[in-house]
Amino acid sequence: MEFILKPWPWYVSGPLIASVLILLVLFGKTFGMSSNLRTLCSIGGAGKYTSFFRFDWKAQRWNLVVALGAVIGGFMATQFLSDNSNIKLSQQTIDDLYNLGFNTPGNTILPPEIYSLQSILTIKGIAILIIAGFLVGFGTRYAGGCTSGHAITGLSNFQIPSIIAVIGFFIGGLLMTHFMLPLIF
Amino acid sequence: MKFLKFLFVGIFFGIILVKSEAVSWYRIFEMFKFQSFHMYGIIGSAVFTGATALWVIKKFKIKNSEGSLAILSPKETGFIRYIMGGIIFGLGIRRRLPWTHVYFIRYRCVRYANRYCSCNCGNFCLWSFKKQTTTLNNFRT
Repeated sequence: MEFILKPWPWYVSGPLIASVLILLVLFGKTFGMSSNLRTLCSIGGAGKYTSFFRFDWKAQRWNLVVALGAVIGGFMATQFLSDNSNIKLSQQTIDDLYNLGFNTPGNTILPPEIYSLQSILTIKGIAILIIAGFLVGFGTRYAGGCTSGHAITGLSNFQIPSIIAVIGFFIGGLLMTHFMLPLIF
Repeated sequence: MKFLKFLFVGIFFGIILVKSEAVSWYRIFEMFKFQSFHMYGIIGSAVFTGATALWVIKKFKIKNSEGSLAILSPKETGFIRYIMGGIIFGLGIRRRLPWTHVYFIRYRCVRYANRYCSCNCGNFCLWSFKKQTTTLNNFRT
């Protein structure tokens, strides 16, 4: 039980994530979270404007159920399966975060400097989230997948498009972390 | 009822994401700073396990629960789409996690909904913008 309450090491988590992929493949589906964004747009009536959203979204309901399950599972894990210990970031990371103005690195899952209600109610705070959400929505559909669809599923299946996309994720992530984030904060 | 197994898979996935700390903004920051092996270990061991299992499935022609061969259909070929889309997502991921759904956990629905809306907004704009250009109907994931 103590092992469950502690944060899990990478060599436990990685194979477990792969088991999610394998279960979905054995159920005749595929593993990809961001395709739900397309489904939601279609449910919202986006098909009236763009042919991309005119598809049989009902066939994708299973994936919305997976996403709903992930919310429930995430809630269960934070509420009942955690010992509320801090994330053990490397000392260098903690120092870098202090220098950027983040005061509690690793105390919570997400930094309050970006995600607390207080931060969100500022123009800058809301702009960050809206622009970021836009980039994720635009990027995942343009590339045809996110971390689950490309980095886990695609790489496991040795798909060239996924390798290209993952290289892209890293170019974008590195640009943001090393050059743009210090400008924003 | 047929959705129940997917709900369980989702719950399992959500628990792993939180317990592995892969949902953490801080962990993703650390990853892009190359200051810890943690995230690389997760992705690396997931891909290693996934690739091995998919190989076994192909080798022994294991059927899925719908009775057909359990394989993944290949993605369409292309370069610009994947590299550009990847970069754009990579820019966004630094501010927001890849798995939107788990946001809900500690930071209430308003923020979650807000972000989800902007994701969908990005989504929608992209396809309005591209609607003339390509045939997209068998685009997946």
